[in-house]
Amino acid sequence: MIVRTPLTLAAVQPDSGLHAALGQAPAEVIEELARSGIRGRGGAGFRTGLKWRLAAEAPAPDGRRHVVCNADEGEPGNFKDRALLRVVPDLVFEGMTIGAWSIGATSGVVYLRGEYVYLRQGLEDCLARRRKAGLLGNNILGTPGFDFDIDIRLGSGAYICGEETALLESLEGRRGEPRNRLPYPVVRGLHQAPTIVNNVETFAWVPAILARGASWFVGIGTPGSTGPKLLSVSGDVERPGVYEFPFGVTIGELLEASGGEDAHAVVGGGASGVCIPATDFNRAISYEEVSTGGAIIALGPHRDLLDVAENFLEFFVDESCGQCTPCRLGNPVLLEGVRSLKRGDCTAKRLGELQHLGHTMQATAKCGLGQTSPNFFLSLVDRFGPEILDRVPV
Amino acid sequence: MTISIPRSAQAPAAVAATVRATINGHEVEVGSGTTILEAARACGVRIPTLCHHPDLADVGVCRVCVVEVAGQVNLQPSCVFPITQPLEVNTHSPRVAAARRDIIDLLLSEHYGDCRTCARNGTCELQDLAAEYGVDHYRFGQRTEPVFDRDDTGPSIVFDPDKCILCLRCVRTCAELQDVRALGVAGRGAGVRVTTFADLPLSSEFCINCGQCVNRCPTGALTAVDVTAPVRAALEDQRKHVVIQTAPAPRAALGEEFGLPPGTPVTWQLNTALRELGFDKVFDTTFAADLTIMEEGVELIERLYHALVLGEPDVALPMFTSCSPGWVKFLEHAFPDYLPHLSTCKSPQQMFGALIKTWYAERNDFDPADVVSVALMPCVAKKFEAARPELTDSGFADVDFVLTARELAKMLHQQGIDLPAEPRSDFDDPFGTATGSGVIFGATGGVMEAALRTLLELVTGEPVEDLYAHADITPVRGFDDVRLVELTIPDAVGPVPPLIAHLVHDWNWLRGVTLRVAVVHGTATARRVVEDIRAGGHFAGCHFIEFMACPGGCLGGGGQPIPTSLEIRKTRAQAIYAEDAAYGEAGHARKSHENPAVQRLYAELLTDGPGGAISHRLLHTGYTARGTFVATGQRE
Repeated sequence: MIVRTPLTLAAVQPDSGLHAALGQAPAEVIEELARSGIRGRGGAGFRTGLKWRLAAEAPAPDGRRHVVCNADEGEPGNFKDRALLRVVPDLVFEGMTIGAWSIGATSGVVYLRGEYVYLRQGLEDCLARRRKAGLLGNNILGTPGFDFDIDIRLGSGAYICGEETALLESLEGRRGEPRNRLPYPVVRGLHQAPTIVNNVETFAWVPAILARGASWFVGIGTPGSTGPKLLSVSGDVERPGVYEFPFGVTIGELLEASGGEDAHAVVGGGASGVCIPATDFNRAISYEEVSTGGAIIALGPHRDLLDVAENFLEFFVDESCGQCTPCRLGNPVLLEGVRSLKRGDCTAKRLGELQHLGHTMQATAKCGLGQTSPNFFLSLVDRFGPEILDRVPV
Repeated sequence: MTISIPRSAQAPAAVAATVRATINGHEVEVGSGTTILEAARACGVRIPTLCHHPDLADVGVCRVCVVEVAGQVNLQPSCVFPITQPLEVNTHSPRVAAARRDIIDLLLSEHYGDCRTCARNGTCELQDLAAEYGVDHYRFGQRTEPVFDRDDTGPSIVFDPDKCILCLRCVRTCAELQDVRALGVAGRGAGVRVTTFADLPLSSEFCINCGQCVNRCPTGALTAVDVTAPVRAALEDQRKHVVIQTAPAPRAALGEEFGLPPGTPVTWQLNTALRELGFDKVFDTTFAADLTIMEEGVELIERLYHALVLGEPDVALPMFTSCSPGWVKFLEHAFPDYLPHLSTCKSPQQMFGALIKTWYAERNDFDPADVVSVALMPCVAKKFEAARPELTDSGFADVDFVLTARELAKMLHQQGIDLPAEPRSDFDDPFGTATGSGVIFGATGGVMEAALRTLLELVTGEPVEDLYAHADITPVRGFDDVRLVELTIPDAVGPVPPLIAHLVHDWNWLRGVTLRVAVVHGTATARRVVEDIRAGGHFAGCHFIEFMACPGGCLGGGGQPIPTSLEIRKTRAQAIYAEDAAYGEAGHARKSHENPAVQRLYAELLTDGPGGAISHRLLHTGYTARGTFVATGQRE
């Protein structure tokens, strides 16, 4: 895939962030991150500084804490982490190392999407170089007692393992099924120890923030969504690829940059995202407005939105872990509902039941998968009513 | 001395701090970490549940128990939501009710089967919820064809995956309580299902037939094999002489099937009811329990003698009890190299069965082929046990049919018999005489207590009441996972009773010996104990260990009335110990060796005494080493 814009991260001085971090107390590093306002780049948008502080302060009965990099990039339409792992793997590992310094961890794991197996050798080579350079291992950069190393573990092809607690279950050798929160992984994560799980991109920005300062980061983006964001643009655009924009970029600007001006609608956030009509293309990509982990899929005028909904729901029926009732059994019902809408035999009463079910799934599913899988369908009904209801027999 | 191995799943004791919560307007103060579900129950608010079970760690997968928590956008599962700060909960708001209705409709959409023909009709938790939430049609569809094959090939358990709602209570029971893991989860998404290793039938698996999964299944997905039809046919067949033996545990629980509170014994009413059903004789399994104590006690004395006096190095100690067929099969699979430790005694059910088809038939001039031997048991594994090839060696099955407490309740209901209202009557001779020791076999620790009562009295020549008030050896009682007890034989030993004089000359070799015994229930704990023995740990120094497969012993058996919980099991135990005490108050024997029927048996039939050749032919058996995953094995 092609990186279409210059990447700020490519210009960050290697290891300058780690040097800066090791010159400060862990709590100061966390404070700097908190000041930067950086929020999780995986999509949920949790404040990274707060997450790290919670993990640093949580009691660790056996003294262990862990740093886990979520590289199980499985959201359909998202591929910016793959770009980062190829272009700036050092920054990702550096970010993890700063995380270890911040929370007092001695071990790190990159949970790499199974389909990204071809990236593994490059990442291992990078890790080997870093060990040789004293950037991993014992007494990192001559700092007595700062021992940390990183292991790469491969997923086995389950979308759900991108959910952080399912990822931890998978790492521990069990079925990849989400856990109940509470407790959160920052309190009890990998092997019961306090654990930070962050997205690839989040780790990559950390050294940049430490090297250039929190105020630099705050100066980019919007008040609630600081910094630049990598976006994976695909679908009916002339120039699909990875784009970097400051948070606050509008959908229209993104379509213009990628050659998708005639899009009829846009999927914001991949299969678990919502369907955005052209009238909303002036809205900004940010945690406050259109939130996304990175995936933006343009849908051209010729696309049947119900086809897209069917495709997404087929995906969720297959990729649900099957653990909780609303997700396991709700997605097949929604899928059948969409098919019935396509056939034109869905009554208005039925549509109302399906909407109600969608809201129940959002409110009661155990994890983010089941809570977001109805999003596209529900937004379709809400925002594209005439287009969908046209086919409802009266 | 009593020690307890903590369950790994158990969390450390909650912090003492308390928190205030408001539930539907009720203010409650609960310990920090209490779940919303527990707090609601404490203030009388019932939140519906499916995947929650009081014996199991919560997983929060069915989502039926969701509630509204102020400040939370989504509904929260009350079973896994710990209260650690003040919060406000609404358990039955319109939003909650509508969401629950959706979830129940979803569960019904994949639940294939006809309630009217289901074994759990009337006791199904899904059926109850559908009624509670006003399900009047299948909003999200209904399966009209089965998807799976029904596994009904085994002697004990029927598994019908089409009725499974994936609450995983069975999977968790099998793993957490029993550490057997015969049931697991396969597939994902809409294709997820409960299954077995390599999709084999349960009867081909390392499954111990304990039926604890059956007791905890909310629907009819897991049920026990039902033999009421052939039993009914035998009762109607005038040529057949149909006898039934009843075990003490179902007698302490059957009342629950008739609306009585748990812990209400119905022993004497049951005798009348069984005769009304058409049984020709009603016998008390506790007679065979007393017989087991004699045979097993002597076996222990022999092993101790060989180890302590003759100094033989390879004596299989500690000796393990063999009454629990679930435990026996567990050992056959998990620790086949420890089978020599297992007592060779048949279980009381099988001892009784062997005597009915031989001695009893002969004395009464019955052709054994015309005698139908039925056993009322708290147990699903007893069905498997009765079908073991080595226990049908005589040409006839020792026991023809095993009825669970649930099956018998069904037969009584069908016959219009209101059990609690039945007049009381006694058991039939010649096996009618029981002792309190036989009765307490129904509770964990009971076999050990009965054995110790007899052993101490035989060796010291003094009444055991002199050592333990009312002969209640309370250290072996209770529900701790493991009880380890040490008793030192006093220096003043008595003469060897004539019945076993052919085995040992005197008791001098036991003077001052400290006997170490242990009581274990639940095979998860059993596995840890045997592993400890293998590692040369504390339990390796034991002489005798009672193992029961089911939590609580037989009273918590897989054939007992549903539901089960620690509270219910405790009340059943109270009923059993009360029955034992009643023997004492009425002036009857409470010790197995005092049972006059047992004494008569040794005088008339087992004339070479306990452990003699005749008893070995009739009352002892052998075991089969089996596979780690599947049931194949060679008989030893």
